[in-house]
Amino acid sequence: MTTRALGCRLSGVGAFAAALFVMSCHGAPVSTQQPSPAKHQRILRVCADPNNLPYSNDRQQGFENDIASLIARDLGARVAYTWWPQRRGFVRMTLKRDQCDVIMGIPSNYELALPTAPYYRSSYVFVSRSDRHLGITSFDDPRMKKLKIGVQMIGNDHVNSPPAHALASRGIINNVTGYTVYGDYRSQAPGRDIVDAVAKGDVDLAVVWGPQAGFFARQERVPLDIVPVSPQIDLPFLPFVFDISMGVRRGDVAMREELDRAIERRHDEIDRILDRYGVPRV
Amino acid sequence: MMADIAGRRAARSLGNASLLLIALCTACKGNAPAARHLPFLDRYHSSPAATNLVQLQRDDGQWVMPAKNYESTRFSSLNQINAGNVKTLKVAWTFSTGNDRGEEAAPIVVNNTMYVVTPFPNILYALDLTQPGAPAKWSYKPKDMNNAAKGVACCDWVNRGCVYANGRIFFNTLDGKTCAVDAQTGKEVWVSQVADINRGESITMAPLVVKNKVLVGDSGGEFGVRGSLTALDTETGTQVWKAFSTGPDNECLIGPSFHPHYDSDKGHDLGVKTWPPDGWKIGGGTTWGWISYDPALDLIYYGTGNPGPWNSEQRPGDNKWTCGVFARKPDTGEAVWFYQWSAHDLYDHDGVNELVLLDLPVNGQVRKTLLHPDRNGYVYMLDRTTGEVISANPFTYITTSTGVDLKTGRLKAVAEKAVGFGRVTRMICPPAPGAKDYEPSAYSPLTKLLYIPHANLCEDAEGVQANYIAGTPYVGANVKMYAGPGGNRGVFDAWDPLTGKAVWSIKENFPVWSGTVVTAGNVVFYGTMDGWFKAVDATNGTLLWQFKCGSGIIGQPVTYLGPDGKQYVSILAGVGGWAGAIVSGHLDPHDGTGALGFVNAMTDLPQATTKGGMLYTFGLP
Repeated sequence: MTTRALGCRLSGVGAFAAALFVMSCHGAPVSTQQPSPAKHQRILRVCADPNNLPYSNDRQQGFENDIASLIARDLGARVAYTWWPQRRGFVRMTLKRDQCDVIMGIPSNYELALPTAPYYRSSYVFVSRSDRHLGITSFDDPRMKKLKIGVQMIGNDHVNSPPAHALASRGIINNVTGYTVYGDYRSQAPGRDIVDAVAKGDVDLAVVWGPQAGFFARQERVPLDIVPVSPQIDLPFLPFVFDISMGVRRGDVAMREELDRAIERRHDEIDRILDRYGVPRV
Repeated sequence: MMADIAGRRAARSLGNASLLLIALCTACKGNAPAARHLPFLDRYHSSPAATNLVQLQRDDGQWVMPAKNYESTRFSSLNQINAGNVKTLKVAWTFSTGNDRGEEAAPIVVNNTMYVVTPFPNILYALDLTQPGAPAKWSYKPKDMNNAAKGVACCDWVNRGCVYANGRIFFNTLDGKTCAVDAQTGKEVWVSQVADINRGESITMAPLVVKNKVLVGDSGGEFGVRGSLTALDTETGTQVWKAFSTGPDNECLIGPSFHPHYDSDKGHDLGVKTWPPDGWKIGGGTTWGWISYDPALDLIYYGTGNPGPWNSEQRPGDNKWTCGVFARKPDTGEAVWFYQWSAHDLYDHDGVNELVLLDLPVNGQVRKTLLHPDRNGYVYMLDRTTGEVISANPFTYITTSTGVDLKTGRLKAVAEKAVGFGRVTRMICPPAPGAKDYEPSAYSPLTKLLYIPHANLCEDAEGVQANYIAGTPYVGANVKMYAGPGGNRGVFDAWDPLTGKAVWSIKENFPVWSGTVVTAGNVVFYGTMDGWFKAVDATNGTLLWQFKCGSGIIGQPVTYLGPDGKQYVSILAGVGGWAGAIVSGHLDPHDGTGALGFVNAMTDLPQATTKGGMLYTFGLP
């Protein structure tokens, strides 16, 4: 699936100009006698991963899909997607190539895009089966050295997930099972395996980014506990709590300001969407 | 242009003699002068009618695999083009690949046809050398290419070439397939899915065919892939064996035949025990580089990539069998020995560079050796029957280690250059791409020198910056690469493997990311990232000829005889790859940390070249 508006730039332009854009993109003439409201509608071009629940998929079942639609409605637009796996090169291949004007769900201090105001803040969380009554809230809990712990890891390239660093720096190594951040892309929910591992008892405890943990925990047959990790930051550099923004092309200040205002106007509705998907906030 | 010759040396005594003897290939269809018989060149002769691959790879009229031959010397006994006349070399014909990503492939030549495989979507072209201008006879486009592969591939969408055997062309696709195509008709014979793009596995390497098996390695170390080498049946494409680079012995095909030289490689299930529990399951050790074959010993040799995950604290131990070299039996995949270039690698120093198989006199005794210029900065000479290190000498500026302990075989690491999360480490030399990346070297039995194209770079890892993948936020090290001592980012070395020293080197402004070929005409060819295709004197490095191609060169030159009996040299231009991603991938020069910090070292490349794949073939007028 690709967007019909691919390659068409659109920001705050008048209806007539918008109609021209639509015409040039679709290659189909637009009748001025019988204007179709849908074709005059503004388009918000969004790049997103086609298979990355709970964030987005190409059936638009993720919370970022919902939030993008909400913001588009607020701007009197409809969303047109360009799908691209959200991996290394995502921004380069999408936003920077003008395949879209907005990407969803970036850290608010991300440097490769111009971030909007944050629209939520979440945390890495401990996930465990409720029937285990572990009650672990801190990386410094002495049981962390004994329990079987699952954590997502990144291959190489001078990066890894914050909990992977936190565990390693505490010498919590031999009781750790690594999962990939990417999961199995054939699956309809590539990031779910680590939460499944807790439910099945393969690991006692997993450390997972909040939105993923909250969403998949609700789908398990056994109740799972979701507890934000502490500390919130391992000094001096390693945070476990992140503000999340939308991202626009660097320099596209007009677009960012428009989105900032829409985020502010739709704050409560965004919150309700996040609730619906079980996204823990801090 | 920064091509000054450092450290010239007197012409070897062989110099004059070689100019006479160079005229000697029996495969030459033209009117080659009569040749004096020299036994050491017998191995390069063959009948043009030879169909057996062992013979074909020795036919210097053709070029049937990227490395030229099983020994991976990339040497040709052709000498029509030589140090005396190369200055008159002219473009004979060109061919556009219609692709603007990095062109790393070697074109191959079989039966008066040239075969070229492009970067993703990996289209195979057959060019008819019997027709003026070498028009395309057919093209083969792999079906159902998975676009996700473009998002998965770490370092541009490259492909390093195809290989000929038994009337078929074999090549790999970025999305993890191996394709067998009829060399005459371009019809698909079989397609086999080897790597799973859904798990982050991709393929960029050129396969090697040995004894009716296609050997295929994987890429994707940065995704937590568990690396492996797979052997497919050339007739059917079905898997014959698969040898993992991590995990239990039975899955690494380590059994009774395994006799490594060093104690640290001896023991049961080291692919498990040298990791934290389960660490090997996402441990890396991909096999995206080069494979060589010794038909007499009946052993294949290939290197393994870096271990994962990146933060080494989470994987204490040697992390077998990553960053090393395996010798295996091609029929069964059984391991015979292993040696680890970098135990517990900290720097992304994949051990997959080329392995050049040479019989060399060492201390008065001819030994079966294997030469390997590694990313970690040393040229290794190993005994290829045992895996023993005979010598390991630095070919670049190194701060990360002080040498190789020849008793234990271990790299002597420098503790203060260790990288770790949140730690500031400056002057890491060589940096992540290493002293030398994929670009293969060439060896001339005439000059007895190994020609090594490589980089001269260092990096700083300092501070942290926010990032995210697949919806997951994290902070990563801020890495910036820059030129090493001297300020030139590239070097082309002529290396004497016996003394362990460069006898001359050419400084290049940009990293030298192209392969090289050396001929009995005493000429070495290589290309630069700003698009100059160069011929230098194999004895002393003097620049003899150069031609400016349309785009930067990161491909591999080849040479062959046309149907007219004349010698030609071909090269694919088309900048890209990890180093050239700033051009092919439109990276932002202001973001120095792009391409894992490589952009910082390459901000001027977009001014020096533009992208676009084009094959150039040169001949004498």
